[in-house]
Amino acid sequence: MDFRVDDDQRELAEGIRTMLAGRLPLDHLRSREGAASAISAEDWAALGETGVFALTLPEPVGTGLSMAEAVVVFEELGRALVPGPLVGTFLAARAGLVDGAAEGRARVGVHGAGPGPNLVEHLGSLDALLVFTFAADGRGPVRLLAPVTAENATRVEAPLDPLTPMWRVDALPTGEPVPGDMGRDGALLTAALQVGHAAEALDLAVAYAKDRQQFGTPIGSFQAVKHMCADMLVRVEVARAAVHAAACLVDAPDVVDSEAAVAGCTPDQLVDRSVGGAKLLGDEAALGNARAAIQVHGGMGFTWEVPLHLHLKRARVLSTTFGSPAARAAALAAYAGVGPVAGAPRDAPRLNGAPP
Amino acid sequence: MDLRYTAPEQAFRDELRAWLAATLPSVGAPPPHDDWPGRRGYDLRWQHLLFEAGYAGVDWPAERGGRGSSPVEQLIFKEECERAGAPYVGVNFVGLLHAGPTIIAEGTAAQKERYLPAILRGEEVWCQGFSEPDAGSDLASLRTRAVRDGDDYVVTGSKIWTSHAEVADFCELLVRTGEDRNRGITWLIMPMDAPGIEIRPLRTIAGTTEFAELFLNEVRVPVANRVGDENDGWRVTMVTLSFERGTAFVGELLECMRLLGVLARVAERLGALDDAGVARRFGHLVAAFDALWALTKRNVSEAAQTGIPGIGGSIFKLSFSEHAQALGDLAMEILDRAALSADPLDGPDGAPLGNAEQLAAWFKSISLTIAAGTSQVQRNIVAERILGLPKAARR
Repeated sequence: MDFRVDDDQRELAEGIRTMLAGRLPLDHLRSREGAASAISAEDWAALGETGVFALTLPEPVGTGLSMAEAVVVFEELGRALVPGPLVGTFLAARAGLVDGAAEGRARVGVHGAGPGPNLVEHLGSLDALLVFTFAADGRGPVRLLAPVTAENATRVEAPLDPLTPMWRVDALPTGEPVPGDMGRDGALLTAALQVGHAAEALDLAVAYAKDRQQFGTPIGSFQAVKHMCADMLVRVEVARAAVHAAACLVDAPDVVDSEAAVAGCTPDQLVDRSVGGAKLLGDEAALGNARAAIQVHGGMGFTWEVPLHLHLKRARVLSTTFGSPAARAAALAAYAGVGPVAGAPRDAPRLNGAPP
Repeated sequence: MDLRYTAPEQAFRDELRAWLAATLPSVGAPPPHDDWPGRRGYDLRWQHLLFEAGYAGVDWPAERGGRGSSPVEQLIFKEECERAGAPYVGVNFVGLLHAGPTIIAEGTAAQKERYLPAILRGEEVWCQGFSEPDAGSDLASLRTRAVRDGDDYVVTGSKIWTSHAEVADFCELLVRTGEDRNRGITWLIMPMDAPGIEIRPLRTIAGTTEFAELFLNEVRVPVANRVGDENDGWRVTMVTLSFERGTAFVGELLECMRLLGVLARVAERLGALDDAGVARRFGHLVAAFDALWALTKRNVSEAAQTGIPGIGGSIFKLSFSEHAQALGDLAMEILDRAALSADPLDGPDGAPLGNAEQLAAWFKSISLTIAAGTSQVQRNIVAERILGLPKAARR
């Protein structure tokens, strides 16, 4: 067993990071804040050319990599605040559902079916839409709408995330059913994006804490600030380990079989449990770290200029797709009592008054 | 990034699992918690069984009699022992995991010959005399003094949090031999039968005598029992800490997963899982413990490749200790009035509630954010050594 991020994966992450810094720097992305299309066709094609959507497809279209590499890449996309629809386009490319998705010529959105107002992200620029129904076992039905025809689509004038335009729709057509485990991969990739947001928020907070001086010393020398930063790192590392473990399980059915036997559940349950935990912890890390980083930045953290609100808002958007933290936690509860509980009980306390 | 065990690793697991299955039925239940002589005998017998089967000191180098296992095999060893319900390392803890590794790294040939085999064979017990009433997190401020007198050091002072002191043969002892804070500390092997040692058990909030205080009154320790140079004991101590391979809390983590399962079944019987808020707390703990198991594998993999433990242990401990406490708090709420009794109780359905073991785990969890570096000190370490935040000006 070697669960490290290996050298190739590290290089892949660095390559994506360099490409994004050069081609899609934050200032460039932010120039489209509030626009109906969050990213230009040229920039979307550049992502496609880099191979972001085709990672797991065989050559020559893709690079024949696995979900372990995909989560590494998606963490970088989250870090860089690249707008969507990233996850839907990747899923459609991976399953070969929509022409041009792999190459960055098509955009495929995701939408969670459910009660309440139907808010669809990126609707105005979508070539297709994957509609998911969240289920406790992580395997709700998935339907594909291509082209996207929505009744009475109205653009939301004030979407929460200025780089995630939204449309309110009355109803969506039924569409064609597609394999249900796409929801599993979608949750995993979303969790990877969230780890990227959490990691970037941490880096911004640490850089600011080293630089910002008050009382004649960097605020990062104060334990109250240090401890917030340490807790942010803990959230990143724990969530990242969960995401990477889930990706390894998705990639390796033989490992799933042996681990499921130990855990006392079916192979499918083990993967759903692992992905569900990764999504829950990814959501919490992204939301928690964006909030903490804003606090470390003080008043500046509350300004539009500092990009922390963009991480917070994107984290909110992502947390509501593929199972909210509350829904994930409720679903995971079913696994608490699963598996072997044998073993030697611990020593009993001795609470009687007399010392032994 | 691969969770697949290699064929040799799998073979190690299979062999160990078979040995545990064949051996454990004859081991019997552990003696009561406060029966120290009984626990010494029980734990040493277990260590001797491990030795005879070739599993003593899995993390010790082969040239010192250990198994010389890789960090991944060390992880497998701890995992299988915990899952099989094997005895804990118990009184062998300090010898196997601290004093022994220190002597391996810094001891003389004669010291290695004298002390190491007896630890591996389960013949001698060690305890630790590091902390003092006025030197806890700030260990380097310790004041127990050793004065040279011929071929002996004469040691006077007091130590605290010394586990297994009542039944230990030797104590790894840090003493002050110079004025400089860190460079005035020396590492000694103190025989526990030396005149002048008074042992006073400390009762914990769980009511058990987990620790003791040591009062040292002109205890003579031969200079030959010094490990490393005089005034070099701080460095010697730090060398030992680098033996940690990311497996320190494997047993505790797996135990928490087991207790979560026990509690979930009790909660289901009591109808407590129908409460959505309670259910979500269970779900959170499932996710957290699974992730910490993954993080353990990550830390072990780093150690296996780099030989350096890395600082992942601090990150693990910060998260694990808080989730263990969350589990304990959840257990107390679900058990409600039944958690007011450490006597085993049955529920309305006549089946055991497991209240005694959940109470014991709750107490233990409270110590996790304190022992082996408080969470506050751990956060400082993480912030300064990993994140590179500046040290505070010391007043």
